[in-house]
Amino acid sequence: MKKAFKSAYLALVLLFLYAPIAVMIALSFNASKSRAVWGGFSLTWYAQLFDSPEIMQALQVTLTVAVLATLVATVIGSLGAIGIHAMKSGRANALINLSYLSMTTPDIATGVSLMLMFVFMKIPLGWGTMLMAHIAFDTPYVLFSVLPKLRQMNPSTYEAALDLGCKPGKALRKVILPQIMPGIVTGALLSFTMSLDDFVISYFTSNTDQNLSMIVYSAARRGIEPTIYALSTLMFLVVLILLVVINKRSSLEDVS
Amino acid sequence: MKRSYYASPYAVWMVMFTVVPLLFVVYFAFTGRDGAFTLDNFEKFCRPMYVSALLLSLKLAFFCTVICLLVGYPAAKFLASRDFSRRQSFVVLFLLPMWMNCLLRTYAWVSILEDTGIINTVLEWLGLPRVQMVGTEGAVLLGMVYNFLPFMVLPIYTVLKKLDHRVIEAAEDLGANPVRVFFRVTLPLSMPGVVSGVTMVFMPAATTFAISRLLGSGMFWLMGDLIDYQFREISMASGQNFGSALSLIMMVLIILSIGLLRRFDPKGEGGGMW
Amino acid sequence: MVQDMRLIELKGISKSFDGTEALSSVDLYIRKCEFITLLGPSGCGKTTMLRIIGGFEFPTTGQVLFEGQDITNVPPYRRRVNTVFQKYALFPHMNVFDNVAFGLTLKEAGELVPESRRARNFVDAWILKLQHRRALKKEIATRVNRMLRLVKMNGYEKRSVDSLSGGQQQRIAIARALINEPEVLLLDEPLGALDLKLRREMQLELKAMQQKLGITFIYVTHDQEEALTMSDTVVVMNNGRIQQIGDPKSIYDEPKNAFVADFIGESNIFDARMIRDYRVAFCGREFECVDAGFGEDQPVDVVVRPEDWALGEAGKGALDGVVESTIFKGVHYEMMIRLDSGEVCKAHSTVMENVGSRVSLSVVPFNIHIMKKMAAEPPSGEAMEA
Repeated sequence: MKKAFKSAYLALVLLFLYAPIAVMIALSFNASKSRAVWGGFSLTWYAQLFDSPEIMQALQVTLTVAVLATLVATVIGSLGAIGIHAMKSGRANALINLSYLSMTTPDIATGVSLMLMFVFMKIPLGWGTMLMAHIAFDTPYVLFSVLPKLRQMNPSTYEAALDLGCKPGKALRKVILPQIMPGIVTGALLSFTMSLDDFVISYFTSNTDQNLSMIVYSAARRGIEPTIYALSTLMFLVVLILLVVINKRSSLEDVS
Repeated sequence: MKRSYYASPYAVWMVMFTVVPLLFVVYFAFTGRDGAFTLDNFEKFCRPMYVSALLLSLKLAFFCTVICLLVGYPAAKFLASRDFSRRQSFVVLFLLPMWMNCLLRTYAWVSILEDTGIINTVLEWLGLPRVQMVGTEGAVLLGMVYNFLPFMVLPIYTVLKKLDHRVIEAAEDLGANPVRVFFRVTLPLSMPGVVSGVTMVFMPAATTFAISRLLGSGMFWLMGDLIDYQFREISMASGQNFGSALSLIMMVLIILSIGLLRRFDPKGEGGGMW
Repeated sequence: MVQDMRLIELKGISKSFDGTEALSSVDLYIRKCEFITLLGPSGCGKTTMLRIIGGFEFPTTGQVLFEGQDITNVPPYRRRVNTVFQKYALFPHMNVFDNVAFGLTLKEAGELVPESRRARNFVDAWILKLQHRRALKKEIATRVNRMLRLVKMNGYEKRSVDSLSGGQQQRIAIARALINEPEVLLLDEPLGALDLKLRREMQLELKAMQQKLGITFIYVTHDQEEALTMSDTVVVMNNGRIQQIGDPKSIYDEPKNAFVADFIGESNIFDARMIRDYRVAFCGREFECVDAGFGEDQPVDVVVRPEDWALGEAGKGALDGVVESTIFKGVHYEMMIRLDSGEVCKAHSTVMENVGSRVSLSVVPFNIHIMKKMAAEPPSGEAMEA
C-alpha cells in the first residue's frame, strides 16, 4: 500500500517531467505543420532535417563547442583539482571560493560579463568566444567532481608508489589518475551536458554562430519548424541508448 | 615540479574568465556613457517600472522554489527509501530530461497550454469553456517549476541516500512516531541537501528570461528580460551601463541570499547534485 | 668493526611542522638484520622518524646515512627501503597480483631478465624482443608467486583488494613491499587494525619472516607488548625524543626513567630518596637495593613491578596496607592496595585477598629499580626557544 502510494507519486512527477517530451516526439511525426492539428504519421521532418543548412550548422556549432569545451575543461579542471589538493589550505581555499563565485554567478551575469570583456577587447563575438565562455563555466564543475575523489583517496597510496620506485610524475599517472577517474568522467559528462544545453551564456557571447538553443529561441517567435523536433527526438534517443548501454555494462561489472 | 603548480592553468583561467569579466560589470555599472564615474544607473533602477520587475522576479522565484521543495522533497524521499533503493536507474529518469534542450522542452509546454493546445482541446471535447493559460503568471511559474524541479530532487536525494538508517532506527527505538522522526531527525539531517536544492532552484529562477519570453508571451518583464533588453534589444553602447548595473544588483541579491541560506548548512555539506 | 654493522644512521635529526617540533635532535643507528621497534604513545614522533627514513619527510636539521652515505635528500623512489603503510594503502584499482607486481613493473626490463644474446639483425632483434617480453612476464609471475607464498596468499592473484579481509590486505601489503627485495622494511603500525588473536599470530609470523629473509625491519607501534615480543632492539620515544634504547629485557627490567617504566608494562612508581649507595627510602621505610652511583641523599624515582610484590599477613612484611579492590585477570588477581603511608600501589597475586582486609607487601632488593628523577615534561616548543 505504502509502496503503491510512493510509486504513484513518483509516476505523477515523472509524467509532469516527460509530458512535453512526449508531445515533442509526437509532433516530430506529425504530417501537419500545425501544432494543433494531427495530420497523420509522417517522417517528412526527419527527411527535411538533413536538408536544412541552418539546423545542420547549429548542430555542428553545438557539438564542436561542447566536445572542445569538455576536453579543455576536463584537462584544466582535473589538473586544477590535483594542484589544489596539494596546496596549503589558505591558497586552496582562495581558489575554491573563486570557483564557488563562478558557479553561483547567475548565467545571465556570466554571459553579460564575458560579453562586456570580449567587446572591450575587440574580440568578435562568435564561435571562438562561445567556446571560451563554455570552457569558463565548465571547469569549476570538473574541479568539484574531481576534488572529492582526491579527498577520499588514501594519500598513502601515492607514497606507496614512490616507495616502490615510481617517480612523482609516474606515480600520478599510475596511482592517482586511475583512482580519481570516476570523478573526471563525471566532470566531463557534466560539462558536456551543460555545454550541449546552454542557452543564456552562448546567447550573450556569440553573434555570428548560433547553437541549437539559440535557434530554438529565435525560432520560437515565428513558430518552430517541426524539423527541430525531429532533431531533438533523435538526440534524445541517442542519449537514451547510451545510458542504457552504460547501465547494462556497469551492472554487468557489479555482478562479475 | 611541485604538484600545486598543476593548478596554475586553472587559476589563470578562473581569473581571466571570472574575475576580470566581473570587474568589467562593476566598472560599467558605476560609469555613464562618457566613462565618468556616476551613480545614475542605480538611480534609474529606482523607478517603479524597474523595481516592480525585480519584485516580480523575486516573487515568481520564491513561489517556484517553494513548489519545487514541496513537490521535490517527497519525491527525493521516496526515491531514497528502501522500496526504490535497489533501482538505481530510477534516479536517472530524473536526470534524463535535462539532456534534451531546455528551451525546446519549455516550448513544448506552449503546445500543451495554448488556446488551441492539448488541454484546451480536451476541455472543448468535454464541453467545457476554454481557458487562456499562455501569457499568464501561472504559465511562467509552471515553466520554471518544470525546468528546475530536478535541481531540487537530486541534491536532497543524494543527502537522504547517504543518511545512516540506524539514526532513524535509534529515534524510533527511543519512542518517536514517524512524524516526529521526520521533523526531528530526517529533515534536520537532510538540510544540506535542501539548502543546495533551494540555491540551485532560486538562482536560475530569479534570473531567467527565456522562460518568461516563451510562456509569458512577453507580457511580463522579469529582471532577466530587462538585462537582455539593455544588451541585445537596444544597441549595446547605450544599454551596457544600465544593464551592468542591473546585473550587479541581481548578483549582489543572489550572493546575499545564498549567504543567508548557508547559515542552515554551516558545514557546507550540501554536496550538490552529482 | 662495529661501525661496519651500522646500516642506517640518524644524526641529530630534528623535524618541525609549522613550528611544532615533532622530533628534536634524535641520534640513532640501526644495524643490519636487526628487528628494531620504535615505541611510544601517539604523537611521540615515531611515525615521523619512520617517514624520514622512508624519504617521505625531510628533516629540518640533521643527516640520514645509509651504509655511510648521506641519503638525507634522496627521494623515496631511489632508496633501497620499502614501506608497509598504516592501513596498508593498497592500490584499490588493481587486483592482488598487480598490487604485488607493481614494484617489479617499474624496474628496467634488463634488470629482471638479462638479454640472452645480441641481435644479429632487425628481424632477430624483433624476435628477441618478443622472447624477452615473454620471459619478463614469466619472471614477474614467478616472483609474485614466490612472494604470495611467503605471505601465504597464493591463490588470491585475481581477487580485488577490496574483497580481502584486514588480515589478508595486511599480507598483500607486506608482499608488495618485499617484492623489490629491500634491505630495510619499514612497518608503520601494520597490525593496528587487526583483532587481538590475529595480531598475536601475525607478530610471530612477521618475526619468522624477518629471520628467514635476513633483512632489517624497522617497526613502529604504540603497543608495548608487541614491541617486547618481536624486537631485537626497542627504542622508546616520547615528545620527539628518544627515552631509552635497549633490548626488550633491559627496557622492561631496567627502565631509565619514570616514563619508560610507566609506558612499558604496569608499574608502581614512587617518589624516593637515595640515602647512600645500596640504600633507598620510599613509602616511609628504608630498603636495601642493588643500585649505586646516584649520590647521597638525592631524590630519585623507584619502580616496583606489580608482579614483584610478595603479599603476606599484615605486619609480617615491609609495608602494610588495606586492599581497596580486586580484579580477576585470568592468571592472577590484580589488587589495588592503599599503603598506610598513603600511596596506592598495584600488586599481582595468584591468591585472592578480600577487599578491606589488611595485608603486607615485601620486595626483594633486586626488584627495586632506581631511576634518576625525570625532568618535568619538556614543553614541545622548548627547543625552538633555545
